[in-house]
Amino acid sequence: MNLMGKIIYMDNAATSWPKPEGTMKAMAEYSHSIGASPGRSGHRMSLDAGRVVLDARESVSELFCVKNLLRVVFTKNATEALNIAIAGLLMPGDHVITSGMEHNSVMRPLRLMEKKGVELSIIPCSPSGEMNPEDVSRCIKKNTRAIYLTHASNVTGTIMPIADIGKIAREKGVIFCVDAAQTAGVIPIDVEEMCIDILAFTGHKSIFGPQGTGGFYMTEGLEKEVCPIMTGGTGSRSESEEHPDFLPDRYESGTPNVIGIAGLNAGIRFIRSIGIETIRKKELKLTATLMEGLKSIPEVTLYGCGDAKRQTAVVSFNISGMDSSEVAMALDEKFHIMSRPGLQCSPAAHRTIGTFSAGTVRLSLGYFLEKDDIQAVLFAVQKLVQR
Amino acid sequence: MDAKTCLVLLFDSTSEALLTEKLLKGSGIPHKIIPVPRHLSSDCGACIQFLASDKESVCETLDGRVDIRDICPIG
Repeated sequence: MNLMGKIIYMDNAATSWPKPEGTMKAMAEYSHSIGASPGRSGHRMSLDAGRVVLDARESVSELFCVKNLLRVVFTKNATEALNIAIAGLLMPGDHVITSGMEHNSVMRPLRLMEKKGVELSIIPCSPSGEMNPEDVSRCIKKNTRAIYLTHASNVTGTIMPIADIGKIAREKGVIFCVDAAQTAGVIPIDVEEMCIDILAFTGHKSIFGPQGTGGFYMTEGLEKEVCPIMTGGTGSRSESEEHPDFLPDRYESGTPNVIGIAGLNAGIRFIRSIGIETIRKKELKLTATLMEGLKSIPEVTLYGCGDAKRQTAVVSFNISGMDSSEVAMALDEKFHIMSRPGLQCSPAAHRTIGTFSAGTVRLSLGYFLEKDDIQAVLFAVQKLVQR
Repeated sequence: MDAKTCLVLLFDSTSEALLTEKLLKGSGIPHKIIPVPRHLSSDCGACIQFLASDKESVCETLDGRVDIRDICPIG
């Protein structure tokens, strides 16, 4: 089992690896033959750079069923997008709702706003990480401004009832913002059907783009209520020292990461060529096999809902009597398996599942893994248990 | 494309201009993307030149899909 020293990369929930060939090719091609700043000049290289960005906007809008592609904004990652959605919108006196399964990309900006006078309600989730939409409904008050919710936990993979909560938010006139860092590219998302007002995504996970790419979709008209957190040159309305009020320029100041966006677009093209359902099906099968295997080892505690169909390809576990860091180090050094121990930047989720502050070992799978890799991990965990 | 028989579409951003280019290409309407003439706007972006005789079909193609700031002659 893995005697050849092959690397088994199971940290796809942090950054997916490897990337499709097309991602690297698109980035190299852009760098070799275009390379200019988009939207800043009329020369052909600048226009070509602009076309690269526009094509990527179109791909993102198709992926999330967005009707107007200019409602797609690029940022450096989901964290930046969430910061805009939180710090740009909330005012002292506002009430907001989130879940007990959030990543710090949502929790920290919300805690910062709490210090500035925003009231925060954190909906408790079950120890398996699941949320009851009725709890959200009950929590909505007169001054509830927004609901910020992860689409799926980065610790347990648990998928949240986004469509149900979207409906509740729409009925009550509350802004609904979804963190799709763990799902964009592998779980179908329809912003209209799910009543999502802001959808934050990242390019470097299941979208198969490079690090430093991401963005958000924003529903029509909401830009009037969400201030940019960064202003500056946009290439548009250069005569004015006032920042533009239209999308995407309102939230895209400074020269964008075009080389990365070219890679992100190629990543979405790869998803289209394989089919999002096919990718999900393969990941689901691998996840189910891994979970079954881990469940059969008595020394292993598995976290989450226990049903691969209701989660992403993220599996958190612990081995009794072993520290998660110790397990991760042994998996790397002895078996060439890359995992992530500890709290995975989600202290709230670990409090919910009862693993704060020890954390868990997280194995996050991806489309490029095979059944043999899962067998190799199960073999490695068994060896560690026998030690 | 002779400037005398042409009009230009002005936009708030290059993104709108490039989206327009895509839509006009899709409809087979002849057009050219050019830097914004300084006498029309102090903007540093791009605009789209097209035949004045195509004005109706241009407007039909773009209706509800792109925000046009202005349509004007080049001269």
